Amino acid sequence: MRLNELSPGSEAVIDHIEDRESGDPVAVRLRELGFVPGEPVKIIAQGPFGADPIAVKIGFTRFALRRVEAARIVLRAVA
Amino acid sequence: MDAMVETLPLRAALVGNPNCGKTALFNQLTGSRQKVANYAGVTVERKEGRLTTPAGRGVRLLDLPGAYSLTATSPDEAVTRDVCAGRYRGEPAPELLICVLSATNLRLHLRFALEVRQLGRPMVVVLNMLDAARRQGMVIDVPRLQHELGVPVVTAVAIRKNGATDLLDLLDHPPLTGPAPSAKDEDLHATVRRLLTECVSRPSAGTEALEDRLDRWVLSPVTGLLILFALMFVMFQAVFSWAQPLMDSIDAGVSAFGELVRHVLPDGVLQSLIVDGVIAGAGTVIVFLPQILILFLWILVLEESGYLPRAAFLLDRIMASAGLSGRSFIPLLSSFACAVPGIMATRTIQNPRDRLITILLAPLMTCSARLPVYTLLIAAFVPDRYVGGVFNLHGLVLFTLYMAAIGSALIVAWVLKRGGKATEHPLLLELPAYRLPNLRDLGLGLWQRAVIFLSRVGTIIVTLSVLLWALSSFPAPPAGATGPAIDYSLAGRIGHWMLPLFAPIGFNWQICVALIPGLAAREVAVSALGTVYAVGGGETDAAAQLTPLLSAQWSLATALSLLAWYVFAPQCFSTLAVIRRETGGWKMVVVTATYLFGLAYAASFVTWRVALAFGGGAS
Repeated sequence: MRLNELSPGSEAVIDHIEDRESGDPVAVRLRELGFVPGEPVKIIAQGPFGADPIAVKIGFTRFALRRVEAARIVLRAVA
Repeated sequence: MDAMVETLPLRAALVGNPNCGKTALFNQLTGSRQKVANYAGVTVERKEGRLTTPAGRGVRLLDLPGAYSLTATSPDEAVTRDVCAGRYRGEPAPELLICVLSATNLRLHLRFALEVRQLGRPMVVVLNMLDAARRQGMVIDVPRLQHELGVPVVTAVAIRKNGATDLLDLLDHPPLTGPAPSAKDEDLHATVRRLLTECVSRPSAGTEALEDRLDRWVLSPVTGLLILFALMFVMFQAVFSWAQPLMDSIDAGVSAFGELVRHVLPDGVLQSLIVDGVIAGAGTVIVFLPQILILFLWILVLEESGYLPRAAFLLDRIMASAGLSGRSFIPLLSSFACAVPGIMATRTIQNPRDRLITILLAPLMTCSARLPVYTLLIAAFVPDRYVGGVFNLHGLVLFTLYMAAIGSALIVAWVLKRGGKATEHPLLLELPAYRLPNLRDLGLGLWQRAVIFLSRVGTIIVTLSVLLWALSSFPAPPAGATGPAIDYSLAGRIGHWMLPLFAPIGFNWQICVALIPGLAAREVAVSALGTVYAVGGGETDAAAQLTPLLSAQWSLATALSLLAWYVFAPQCFSTLAVIRRETGGWKMVVVTATYLFGLAYAASFVTWRVALAFGGGAS
């Protein structure tokens, strides 16, 4: 599952970030912002139009991501 | 030797993530001893301040733009990267890097500190917002953190008086050498995790943070949009109604001052130059200062409180349909008051292309200076009656003019987006913790905006006003002349020369003349029409007397054409001047002026032709 498919309110753990191309700047930035393997994430809100973008809580930080950006974040299957 | 060190100021730079409280710390340390300028060649704001340590050592402190990483993705971050590495041209390498972290967000901010540490330059770490971290029940082992990082660590509460004394003491004896280099392939996230487990303890997350409770309302599709709408409504009310008394008094003050000078100086060219050129010209601009300051106060409060990124979150999808991101919302909204602060507010947009498009669109938003012109023409030509029993026709026409501007802005944005390369420009926006705006930071922010506005735009406006005054005063009418003086002046002649260009869109030569002083500020066109039609009195009187005159002399088609012209026309030198300033060159000024002129001409032409076809040509 990917972060853009996660239902609002539920929590999940990041497995890895997928590069769309080699050196994908969005993927690089996501990692720098702390989207790294093992971190728990949670969707706290969705945009009012077409449920895009989404607001994600990771650690003590909240980020607004568009769904195309969130689709790079692959989540761990729940054991 | 020691005395040498004492006299040379230390060059230090503040670095840190956005939202780490860096600017508050900068204000705390330097107070009003700040200089705001741009870095050479780019439009990134450069802030430098001076301070003196308790032992009397001078420090020149540079406030570098906030960055998430030294792998830059925006012009701001590139400046930070290059200055930190000592590679920025014309900017000596800082002797000390002061890396500011918010204690409430160590997981994110420590990673950046580790990245800065890899540079191996002398640095100190400031744990800011310690009070907020304590309230969250967090306990940080500072000596342990200092030991692990290998650089001095001090704590600070930048928003509190004397909240940075530890840092000031440290600046008396700054570290002269950098930290020992860490392994090149160091996994920064792993190090951060280790540091957090070793040095930070916090209670198991029991209570829900304030952010979670607020965000449930603020980010929700229904209440979120309602809150946004309410905030914007109050903001517009504030800009239009609260500013009015202040603007009226400034206006009265300027006129009174002008009259005073008129009495003091002997009649003649010098008197006319000072009163009609300099004082009246500067006055038309200074009048907008209250509006601009109130608008900026709102923007600063929204920014400082952490709300602005949330507004961008709510509106991102709408802006995305025009190829922009949610970040463009506030600058465009501000442009409804005046494009000048709106264009200045585009600094919050990181993507350079988005910023440029937003700057190009800002003049299309119907600014308040267009209202006097709209009001005059609508009152003169549109019958005051009700449509369908509810809607006042005047109001409907005004609403249509606003909508025409917004609609065309969307179309222009869409066209510009097609022209650009289809690269993905991400949103990736941090929604920072809510905080109460700090009065000192608001005050300093407003003061800086006021100075920028008055000094830069003011000087250009005064120059142009003098030029326009000269054009409409010389040559003086011959003795025994009967018509208004402007007929004989250069401006009057220019009006006649311009006629062939503007006749196809239904303008007469009097309108052409009024367009010239209207360049300085749009609403001046109203008083200029008054001058041309030899109507005396102040602006308000002129408007009242003009209404019957215009409806008698102009055809409806001409009036509609002029309205269409004003929706688009690039008739405001302040806007062009601020575009020059914000984009750092004349290219965008030419592009903006050309495309707006083209749009205005086309819109007026179509309006004129359509109105003629429907029989609106009779005066």
